[in-house]
Amino acid sequence: MPRKRIPVVAGWFTEDGPDEEFRLLGTRCPLCSSVFFPRQDGFCRNPGCTGGEPVEVPLSRRGTVWSYTDGRYRPPAPYPCDPDMPWEPYTLVAVELAAERMVVLGQAAPGVGVADLAVGMTVEVVPGVLGTESGDGTDDGTVWTTWHWRPVDTGLRDGAR
Amino acid sequence: MSGDVAVLGAGMHPWGKWGRSFVEYGRVAARNALADAGIDWPDVQSVVGADTVRGGYPGYVAGATFAQALGWQGARVTSVYAACASGAQAVNTARAQILAGMADVVLVVGADAAPKGFFAPAGGERPNDPDWLRFRVLGATNPTYFALYARRRMAVHGDTPEDFALVKVKNAAAGALNRNARYRAPVSAEQVAASAVVADPLRLLDICATSDGGAALVLSSMEFARRHGAADPVRIRAVSTVTPTYPKAVLDLPDIATDSAVAVEPATASFRASIARAAYEEAGIGPSDLSLAEVYDLSTALELEWYEDIGLCPAGGGAALVREGATALGGRIPVNPSGGLASFGEAVPAQAIAQVCELTWQLRGTAGDRQVPGARAGITANQGLFGHGSAVVAVR
Repeated sequence: MPRKRIPVVAGWFTEDGPDEEFRLLGTRCPLCSSVFFPRQDGFCRNPGCTGGEPVEVPLSRRGTVWSYTDGRYRPPAPYPCDPDMPWEPYTLVAVELAAERMVVLGQAAPGVGVADLAVGMTVEVVPGVLGTESGDGTDDGTVWTTWHWRPVDTGLRDGAR
Repeated sequence: MSGDVAVLGAGMHPWGKWGRSFVEYGRVAARNALADAGIDWPDVQSVVGADTVRGGYPGYVAGATFAQALGWQGARVTSVYAACASGAQAVNTARAQILAGMADVVLVVGADAAPKGFFAPAGGERPNDPDWLRFRVLGATNPTYFALYARRRMAVHGDTPEDFALVKVKNAAAGALNRNARYRAPVSAEQVAASAVVADPLRLLDICATSDGGAALVLSSMEFARRHGAADPVRIRAVSTVTPTYPKAVLDLPDIATDSAVAVEPATASFRASIARAAYEEAGIGPSDLSLAEVYDLSTALELEWYEDIGLCPAGGGAALVREGATALGGRIPVNPSGGLASFGEAVPAQAIAQVCELTWQLRGTAGDRQVPGARAGITANQGLFGHGSAVVAVR
């Protein structure tokens, strides 16, 4: 059996369709238009809004880098990584979305390091893999899918799939 | 001023990695504060504990745990949790009880036995917990957040890693004079630059360690202080425990995203700045009245941000202050004369109380080699996970 591809969190991003249609999914309050990511189902957190049932909304594909860093040491659980494997640092990017007027954090696409980034640079959201979990013999395990930020027009390919 | 409460006693357990229970640290700190105050434990009418989530059930009910360790004597008891702001909320709870006439003399205690390395969320699968999610989905440790702020400062204000290192050099020099500090050796800029990168651009010596430690205060009404023979005690004049205002537009622990500003324009001042502002307004003083400040230097770069948020300089002016030595011992406005988290490390529920201990000793003029001459007013600044403001103003 092939490894199951499972979103690391259900409902935070699109699962089907071509990569160029991949989107983060937030919610929008129908009354005040406030956007929330991670999604805020059930109520609106704007204190001046009486709220309504939030609706799912895809977030902008592109944004600009607000800041960035990397993790040179292995983070503790529940980060899914195999302690027997050598640690590969990951890059984190905080991205400002103009239309939503918010900043969304995410890992950078594989191969993108801090030297490839600059505050203000344009990036886009792409599908990626957070980690894999070995199977127990009855199946081949799980691939945890996630979102990645990738600089636009750098020539870097999405090596995650 | 009618809102004042007196600080009769301050005490600590030295910070380090001692490998013992938080109960022991808290008990020692409490005993030291009681001895400092000249108060017998049975005469304490209320005990307020700042909780630690790492101590298991006794940590969640820290007030009762410390009361049991000191010996049950029937006092009123309270336990509070607000992450890094737990200590300030404990101080505020004690103050509220005193001002409401519920108790004349209250013991405040916070202590922790921290794990080595990164702080991690509580165990189990908890996908509704933002703190669990940021580790699970992003591997976003606390230092990665500190590094995002540091990199942003470099891009917006032109700060350099060398500026950040100056904060460590300054705080290590102060901590070397403090017998309660964990790290008591001076540190050079070269040593900071030679330490390993944890989260670019921050290195190991830019980031505070996790530590064991304990701190305690004995607070009382002004009337009780007078009867007790303390005619001119250090006074707590304000405690800020404010939350942010919506939309919170700066990415903060443990959030994966900021609030959207499409419906409501964000406040012009940051959340961190609003914490200090609330304390100043309540105290009726301003930054120019300060003799010293104790701020939460989780990272060197973050200390520079606090300079701006507590009003020592305009936005972007933090690096200039540390470069000119204004915030060092002997400077115009010493910040973290205790040595700060850089010298103590983080013992979460104790740190905000420890900051007030330092203000107390400085305002009494008993801080020894690290004394700020003629200290009359000080502020502490801190911030707890999930939007807990924390600042205390003390005066003499």
